Amino acid sequence: MRNSTLTETGTTQTGGTGPTPNQASAAAAQNIVLRLLRMRETGLIAIILALFIVMSFASPYFLTWVNMRAMVMAFAVEGIVVIGMTILLISGGIDLSVGSVTALAMVVAGWLFLAGVDPWLASAIAILVCTGVGAIMGFFVVRVGLHHFIVSLAVMVIARGICLLATGGRPLGLFTLPPEFKFIGQGSIGPVPLVIIIFLLTVVTFDFLLRKTTVFRKVFYTGSNERAAAYSGIRTKKVVFLTTTLCSALCGFAGIIYMARFGSAQPTFGIGMELNVIAAAVIGGASLSGGTGTIFGAILGVVLLSVVSSSLALLDVSVYWQDIIRGSILLAAVSIDHYLQKRRARK
Amino acid sequence: MQHAHRRPNRPLPKTDGDKPMTEDLLLKISDVSKSFGSVRALRGVNFDLRRGEIHALAGENGAGKSTLMNIIDGILHPDSGEILIDGQAVSIASPTRAQQLGIGFVHQEIALCPDVSVAENIFMAATNVSRALVMDYGDLHAKAATTLGQLCDISPATLVRDLSISNQQLVEIAKALTLECRVLILDEPTAALTEKEAQILFGIMRKLADQGISIIYISHRMVEIFDNCDRVTVFRDGQHITTQEVADIGPDDVVNAMVGRVIDDLYPPKLAAADRSDDMILEVRNLTDGNRFHDISFHLKRGEILGFGGLIGSGRSEIAKGVCRLECKVRGETFLNGAPLTPRDYQDSIQAGVVYLSEDRKGDGIFLDMAISANVSALDLQRVSSPLGVLNSAQETQQAADLGRMLNLKCGKLSDPVSSLSGGNQQKVAIAKMLSINPKLIILDEPTRGVDVGAKCEIHRILRALAAQGVGIVVISSELPELIGLCDRVAVVREGRISGEVSGAQMTEENIMQLVSVTDATAA
Repeated sequence: MRNSTLTETGTTQTGGTGPTPNQASAAAAQNIVLRLLRMRETGLIAIILALFIVMSFASPYFLTWVNMRAMVMAFAVEGIVVIGMTILLISGGIDLSVGSVTALAMVVAGWLFLAGVDPWLASAIAILVCTGVGAIMGFFVVRVGLHHFIVSLAVMVIARGICLLATGGRPLGLFTLPPEFKFIGQGSIGPVPLVIIIFLLTVVTFDFLLRKTTVFRKVFYTGSNERAAAYSGIRTKKVVFLTTTLCSALCGFAGIIYMARFGSAQPTFGIGMELNVIAAAVIGGASLSGGTGTIFGAILGVVLLSVVSSSLALLDVSVYWQDIIRGSILLAAVSIDHYLQKRRARK
Repeated sequence: MQHAHRRPNRPLPKTDGDKPMTEDLLLKISDVSKSFGSVRALRGVNFDLRRGEIHALAGENGAGKSTLMNIIDGILHPDSGEILIDGQAVSIASPTRAQQLGIGFVHQEIALCPDVSVAENIFMAATNVSRALVMDYGDLHAKAATTLGQLCDISPATLVRDLSISNQQLVEIAKALTLECRVLILDEPTAALTEKEAQILFGIMRKLADQGISIIYISHRMVEIFDNCDRVTVFRDGQHITTQEVADIGPDDVVNAMVGRVIDDLYPPKLAAADRSDDMILEVRNLTDGNRFHDISFHLKRGEILGFGGLIGSGRSEIAKGVCRLECKVRGETFLNGAPLTPRDYQDSIQAGVVYLSEDRKGDGIFLDMAISANVSALDLQRVSSPLGVLNSAQETQQAADLGRMLNLKCGKLSDPVSSLSGGNQQKVAIAKMLSINPKLIILDEPTRGVDVGAKCEIHRILRALAAQGVGIVVISSELPELIGLCDRVAVVREGRISGEVSGAQMTEENIMQLVSVTDATAA
């Protein structure tokens, strides 16, 4: 949204005639700079860069190819889930079941594969199952009229229960997965792991969709003011249903990539993932009350959390501290944003 | 009569500068200014209130009445100027402080908790200032009964949701009274009341005034002001225009002072007899939703503007939504330009060119935190996108710029959020949204609520111009002068049915009020 308006010139009155071209371009340039400074993404990039600089001095291992690659691999798949969450948050919803549904995809695909189903078909079915789970949640939210929070909380527990039930609580070893399937999670094209390429493609696709297409613009309208959206002829229930379903579908997709990467299906995978994912989206500018958020921002949120985790690990800080610090970052980011918004509103 | 003087007429005897005021002033506002961004809502206004008087405050929407009242109630803080209570300069930092000073404010919108009892609602504010840890419900109900007893016979145990709007209004007043207020501000309390209920309210007001409570009564109904108030103050465009004893002036003087020009100038000329057409734009037959309205039949001819009058809650908005199928299922027949109009839902209706401008601008009219251009395009994004659904932001900006120019929208950048605009300009954005689809019929619900006089005038002219171009215009309004000044015909809705229709010379406030509130008559 914010990015899409960058190209405008800064006329002060729609009624008046435009400024001369020279003034206009100068004003536009100034405008872009101001806008960039005000954008949350800029702040996040600055913090991330600062962390990079500090860490490259603090640890010789930080700025190495191996560490960078490991870091990106660590957040790439989760990043796909963050995309789904961000879009859902923009529409005014939230999903606590992302971790369980991701695990469900692994377990369903793994179980089918062990039962003799072709791994590609098994994966497709698993993604469909997750999409179906999302559709069920959407049904309860839209038709029954329950809150996203409650519905997804219930589904989080149910999906986890199904995973544990189907596997007896033990990971399914999938050593016989064909190499071309494992390639999704483990292969590289040149020096770049395929996972990262998939991640980047997903980011670019959804960033474009969200900023540029009418379908996703309706997501913003719905989240910004659901009644006004309905009063603009937007079928808001459909929008919320679709964003809820999309989020679970992306979880399913992420689950399959994890399965290919690990070569196993872990029923306990992704416990607590929802917190990380929501935190990333919110740090990146998505609002829990809907209507705002960008894919780019959310990805920066993921990167920030990931860089912090990696830094703390390299600095030999206890894992327990990591949670405390991650939570504090979330609180700080949201507080600063809230403060800035209030100040802007007062102007 | 001229009202060039800015200072209020000081009642006799005149006071010297160094002598304390001899008259019994409870509240005195001097030289108060307040701006919102570039909008100067109040420009050095003066206002005073005697003990035990009913003082009417009149002015068009946007004249600054609400701003001043919100300052007195501590919701807003003045940029400059002084507030004196009993001759002492006070600073009213918050509504709580205003309560302590004895100021009670009954807002136009009812702000009660519907699921709690009347007693608990009445003492909501009082509970807030009390320090007691545990609520004594027996005591609460007893006290509530006492307070309510002065006003009416509502049981304190009733849930607020079970009360009629007028009784809810009385609960609001009771709420203010429990705070032992000395100044009671009533903001258009009769807007939702029937004539009879209003009379009861006036009786109560007089009783309270006799007890020494000073009442500020905000209204733009001349009859109410002249029948019930002692003095009247008129604001216009954020300035104090005049303060007079009601006995000394007539309604026309007040209206002229409010409007600042001859009233005919406010509205565009009506449809000339020569331009009348027999082409039907809209014809509605026996529209029924089975609940809020029944057997609604009316028509709209090319070039004319049809008005809908009636009380809030009478079903007029529901009828409009019914025509557009907005969150509404209806039976009955509708014809647009001669062809049956049977949209499945509001989106279908938009595709057919029939749109509804909501009365609640902030609640469901606009997307406050979204860009102006994104607001304008919201009805039909296809118009600013490629066939595949990819938005063209240049086209979107252009659309907003074109419509903005047509409506004389005053804004910064079109990418700014709508929240950055004044009420009048926000409304223009909402209207631009309607116009973005080149509609065939627009039903506008309170199109000038909360809009300043200048913008109001512009909106009226735009509506008239649209009607002349053949766009169907239906206007719902609670303001009788607006209905009479703008529309060619007015249909009145009472209790979900059309109680009558007036046009031409029959369009008078009296005739319309009769249709609005009389319960046994059916014809005009």
